[in-house]
Formats: sequence, structure tokens, C-alpha cells
Amino acid sequence: MTILPESTDKKLGLVIDLDTCVGCHACVISCKGWNTENYGAPLSDQDAYGANPSGTFLNRVHSYEVQPAEGEAQLIHFPKSCLHCEDAPCVTVCPTGASYKRVEDGIVLVNESDCIGCGLCAWACPYGAREMDQEENVMKKCTLCVDRIYNENLPEVDRVPSCVRTCPAGARHFGDLGDPDSEVSQLVAERGGVDLMPEQGTKPVNKYLPPRPKDALPEFDVLAPFLEPVIAEPKGFLGWLDKALEKI
Amino acid sequence: MHPAPSVIIFTTFSGLGFGLLIWLGLGYPSVTGWSAFAFFAIAYIMAVGGLMASTFHLGRPERAMKAFTQWRSSWLSREGICAVLALIVMALYGAGLVFFSQQWTLLGWTGALFSLLTVFTTSMIYTQLKSIPRWNQTILTPANFISLSLAGGALLAGQVTAASFLLLIAGLIQMATWLVGDTRFEQAGTDMASATQLGNIGQVRAFEPPHTGTNYLLREFVHVVGRKHAQKLRVISIILMAALPVILLLMPFSHFLALIAVVAHIAGVLVARWLFFAQAEHVVGLYYGQR
Ligand code: SF4
Ligand code: SF4
Repeated sequence: MTILPESTDKKLGLVIDLDTCVGCHACVISCKGWNTENYGAPLSDQDAYGANPSGTFLNRVHSYEVQPAEGEAQLIHFPKSCLHCEDAPCVTVCPTGASYKRVEDGIVLVNESDCIGCGLCAWACPYGAREMDQEENVMKKCTLCVDRIYNENLPEVDRVPSCVRTCPAGARHFGDLGDPDSEVSQLVAERGGVDLMPEQGTKPVNKYLPPRPKDALPEFDVLAPFLEPVIAEPKGFLGWLDKALEKI
Repeated sequence: MHPAPSVIIFTTFSGLGFGLLIWLGLGYPSVTGWSAFAFFAIAYIMAVGGLMASTFHLGRPERAMKAFTQWRSSWLSREGICAVLALIVMALYGAGLVFFSQQWTLLGWTGALFSLLTVFTTSMIYTQLKSIPRWNQTILTPANFISLSLAGGALLAGQVTAASFLLLIAGLIQMATWLVGDTRFEQAGTDMASATQLGNIGQVRAFEPPHTGTNYLLREFVHVVGRKHAQKLRVISIILMAALPVILLLMPFSHFLALIAVVAHIAGVLVARWLFFAQAEHVVGLYYGQR
């Protein structure tokens, strides 16, 4: 059904901390691994060991350099996957009903056996969160690891999306953003979490925590007064040693 | 956007084919028997050929029937339904003309309406996309598709006066669509700062893409090849699609000149449709520091 639900019981999503992400791409790899081995068509690669490798990924990490008006440039790593938008344009354009948004938790999914691979949903997504698999010719996107988060065969600690479980820096958080008391909502409130491309009107559920302000470099080095400049011409014992060594 | 031949051929020829069906449905020219057969054959080859080309764009064409189900929200689904209804109704109407020399006017009008709706719904598939600001022009994009379809249809239907008039209008709308389209990306207000939300720290520059190779997103959405010739191609397109056919139509009528007018018009529309895709910038390019 490609009519969007009026509202969803929960708004499950991710909160991504741009301050802590170290750009290691571990989430990219764990996402590719989990989603290749589990639900749906595997994420294929083309020419994986050749000159022009390319493949399907549901999560990719960009890196940006931001140059403030004054001071040092900052390097910011920027993971991006489906934001499970409330007003998801990718869903309403789908002619087959393959794309849908779940009423119970707000997750946006593709029913791969209904998808005709027209690609229109990928055109409609402003974030580049959908990719057509070149092997299966169906649309792939982040499922928020719907096959992990409710999976009672997994230990409880693993019932979060694969990227969240993997991130070594703790830069990815998972929870219900529709509940103002949830940990993720608190985090968003505390750190001023933001929407990407708000002007596109998609109302993304996923939020991004902006990098914290950097400490400014002090005007002078606090240790400088304690460090005498190195003596250019050594004297005394050191001077004798220097000359003696020179002669050898 | 990647200017895939399948979508260029689809929008050009189905536009022309359904345009001709609109005129035939309205009874211009009022023909029966074999000459009606010839007109309908041309219209169906173009309309159906265009639709078939569009299925080459599908990853899973064998499931195409499912695309008729989501008419409540999807313009692509609505287009499919309108196209099938138009083709069925016009086939019945055409059978009346060819085999029974009967003009079932009401049927013709209904078929013309569905043919017009097909062109409109096609245009809405593109118009609705906020992610591609150049296409997201509520009035001009549909007007561009519909005016070209009506003008091309009139030309094919041999309606000399109507065709000259409509070709001029279509040419003007085409130019307006280009000029307004050039400003749409800035107007939409989506830039690297809004995409990354890092603009309040400073100037944002894409430092490293997520991968060393290319990917589906870059191949499909970030097409920069050939854009530098856009202005020249626009001039060529307008001359071929509108100016030359109008001049030829104003000359004393001959079948040969009419044929050249038709060929020129089709070539002009093909160039315009190539530009329609090649010049369309998807906002996702911003994440890669490109447009
Ligand atoms: S991020 Fe893209 S694919 Fe995901 S819900 Fe939003 S529009 Fe759809
Ligand atoms: S590619 Fe598949 S999921 Fe996307 S709009 Fe087409 S049919 Fe729907």
C-alpha cells in the first residue's frame, strides 16, 4: 500500500552522532554483511576484484571538510542511510505497492517480490538512500534490520540494527523517536539533533547530532616559559664531549 | 539524471502517438476505411512502441501488471491505467471507422480524453519529484508535455492551421520551461549546507566520497557529460521542433514537405527530451559535492 499512514504507533529510527563518528566504515561493512546473509535479495557487487568495482550498499559514509570563517578546518565523517521519513516521497510514487511504511513502527520497507524495478522511488528519495541491485534488479534499502530488532533467537543485546551494534565509537543510537521520553529522543533534545534537507518536506525520523564546538587553541603555549631554548653552543662537560666526539 | 534512451524514446513517441489519438478521437481528420486504418496504425505504433520502450527501463518487466494497483497515490500507476483505457477505447472507436464506416462520437471523445490524461499523467511522474527541482514546476512541466503532444498530434493528423498555431505555442512553452527550469535548483533552497546541516560551522566541501569507485546513485543521478553544449542543443531543438515545421507548413502544401516537417519535429522533440534528462540535477548529487 503506497498511501502513507496518517501516523505510526512508533517512530523507530537512528540518531547519528557526527561528533563521535570516526569514519571507520565498520557500520558499512556490517550492514552489507547482515543484509547479504539475511532478509531479501543479497547486496551484490559487480566487478568486485576488477578495475571498476561497484556494488549495492544500504549505508555509506561520506567525509566533509568544513572551513569556519576563522580557525582550522574540521573533518566530519557522515554516515547516511534511509531516514525512514514520515512523509516518505519514495512510498507514494511506487506504482506496485512494493514500497510501504509500516503503521506499527514507521519502518519503510520494500516487498521485493512485488517490485518491478522501475527505479522511481530512488528518483523520489532526496537522500540517495535507495539503490537498485544490479543482480536482482529490485530496489534495496535500509530495513532498520527488521529481522534483528524483533528477533527472539538473538541475545537481547543484539536486537538492534547491525550498524548500531557494530559501531566502535558509539556514534549510532537506535530507538523510538516518537516517544519523547526514550533515550534517543532525550539525546536529540540535549544535543540539538537536526533533520537533513528539511526544505524537502520529507520529515525524516532519523536525526543527526551536530559536531560539538571545538576547543579553541590557546593564545600561547602554557608550558613555554618552562622550556629554555636549546643552547646553540654547548659548554662545559657537554662542550668537551661534543668536541671529543667530533675528533673520533 | 542519466538520459536513458528508453525513457527518451518513451516520452517522445508515446507523446506523439497519444497526441494523434486525441485528434483522431475528436474526429480530425474525419476518415473511414483504409485511410482511417493508416492513421490509427501510425498512432498505435508510436503510442504502443513508446510504452514498450519504457518497459526496457524496468528491472523486472515480467511483473509489470502489478503497476496498475496503486492509482490512489502513484502517478506512474495512474499513467498505466489511463494508457490502457485510452488504447482500448480508441481501438473500438477505430474499428468502427475502419470496418463499419461508423463514427461513434461519444466513444471517440472518451478515447481522446483518456489519451490526454495519459500525457498529463506521464508529465506528473516527473513534475511531482521535489528531489529534481528542474522538473518540479507545477504548471510548466505538464504544459510542456501536453502542448508538444497536441502540436505533434495535429501535425501527424494533417491539421495544417491548428498544427502551425500549436507548434508556435509549444515552442514558446518549451523555452519558458527551460528558462524557469534554470532557476529552480536555487529556488528550491537545497544546497550542501542543508544537505549536511554543517553550514553553521563554515563552508562545506566534499572531502572524500564513501567509496573509491562509482555507484548506482552516481550513474543514475549525476550526469554531467554534454551539459556544456546545452545552449546550442536548445537552439537546434527549437528550430527543429517548431520553427522549421511552421515554415514548411506555411508553404504551399506538398506531402514531401509535410513529411520533412514531421521528421524535423520528431528530431527536435528527441533533442529536447535528451536535454530534459541530461540537464535535470538531482539533489542527491550535493552529498557528493556535485550537481
Ligand atoms: S530516506 Fe529516502 S528512502 Fe528513506 S524514507 Fe526517506 S525518502 Fe524514502
Ligand atoms: S523500483 Fe520497485 S519499490 Fe521502487 S517504485 Fe518501482 S516498483 Fe516500487
